[in-house]
Amino acid sequence: MQRIINFILRYRNAFLYCFLALISLVMTVRSHSYHQSRFFNSSKWISGSIYASGADVSSYFGLREENRRLVGENEYLRKLLFNLENDSVQPLDSSMVSYEVISAKLIKNSFVSPRNYLTIDKGRNQGVKQDMGVITSQGILGIVENVSNNFSTVQSILNSKSNINAKIKDTNYFGSLIWTSQDYTMAQLIDIPRLVPLVVGDTIVTGGMSSIFPENIPIGTIKKYDLNESKSFYNIDVELFNDMANIKNVYLIENKNRKEIEELEAKTTNE
Amino acid sequence: MNSTILLNIFRFVLLVLAQVLIFNTLNFMDFINPMVYVIFFYWYPLKSNRALFMVVSFLLGFIIDVFSDTLALNAIASLTVAYARPVIMRFCFGVNYEFQNFSFKNTTKIQRVTFLALLILIHHLLFFSLEILSIAHFLLILKKVFATGIVTLILCTLFSSLFSPKSE
Repeated sequence: MQRIINFILRYRNAFLYCFLALISLVMTVRSHSYHQSRFFNSSKWISGSIYASGADVSSYFGLREENRRLVGENEYLRKLLFNLENDSVQPLDSSMVSYEVISAKLIKNSFVSPRNYLTIDKGRNQGVKQDMGVITSQGILGIVENVSNNFSTVQSILNSKSNINAKIKDTNYFGSLIWTSQDYTMAQLIDIPRLVPLVVGDTIVTGGMSSIFPENIPIGTIKKYDLNESKSFYNIDVELFNDMANIKNVYLIENKNRKEIEELEAKTTNE
Repeated sequence: MNSTILLNIFRFVLLVLAQVLIFNTLNFMDFINPMVYVIFFYWYPLKSNRALFMVVSFLLGFIIDVFSDTLALNAIASLTVAYARPVIMRFCFGVNYEFQNFSFKNTTKIQRVTFLALLILIHHLLFFSLEILSIAHFLLILKKVFATGIVTLILCTLFSSLFSPKSE
């Protein structure tokens, strides 16, 4: 017994190393395949407030550019509004609309690592929930992953775990938008059958299959395409509309019908 | 003794803030985010409790992980660097390191830079291989390790000469 204790005491540093290394290794491997850790992420109060104060300072540098972008978006929306064919009154009663929109500010951006998470300055108190879609005025950005009281983390589309239903605009050919961790200006669209006629420059938008994003939110344009190994599906490189390195204001979309859709789907798969 | 502890706590907080708010947002050449907090392992007192040093390093890495949502990548890399530091020191400074009154003052510049470079190499190699975790991307890992490592080394060398602990 004495010898065992002596042995442990003698190699206590090695034991400590193995113990701590094991903990972090388990967390690392988990982060590769499962969801982001619920307890340790940047949406927490302390990291969130530090990022928010950092963003407070740096947000002044891009104000001119950001204003220009917002005015451009307003211009586009006004054009849509004035050209509405039927001027029937839209329902403003909040129980009638199926999508709710919340605006937020990005306080931490990341696009270098293979699994990028963003942090925004709205949380549970402002009505943010898990699995809300996040977009900018240019296009799609990601999905809310973890929510704390005043901050949330967003799984970027630049994340090897991201998988978003997308289609070619004005057709009904659906595929999945993934990211192969190479280039932050580019995402990949897979599972488009080879009989689909493709043209470089075609627009890719979100499909209507997911209960997270509404249909027809812009994603990007086709940059190049080729067939995959089995020669039956295309691998398409999509050049994103969003400049992922320069994002300030984002919108969160909540699908009011999501709960109902999910309940229905769960019931169907159970039987 | 007390001032050393205070100094290290101060460094710890400052390095976390600098890393998280400044260096993680650099994105130099679109993919280089130097990890300057590695200089903590260079500055940490040479003669110290090894177990405590490992726990502190683990915490440093872990806090940076929480901030940058790369859970436990920085932690395991920092922990390994802390565990391997005595071996690296013996390699860089030779038998001098064993003496009681050893300090950075009686080492050459080359020795110190080699020491720093080895710390950075081990840290980055572990960090990026675990981050990507795929043999197929071996070249990508090497590219990231060397590009980021060189920038980190340059910045750390600058910092170590700017804020040298005991400047005469």
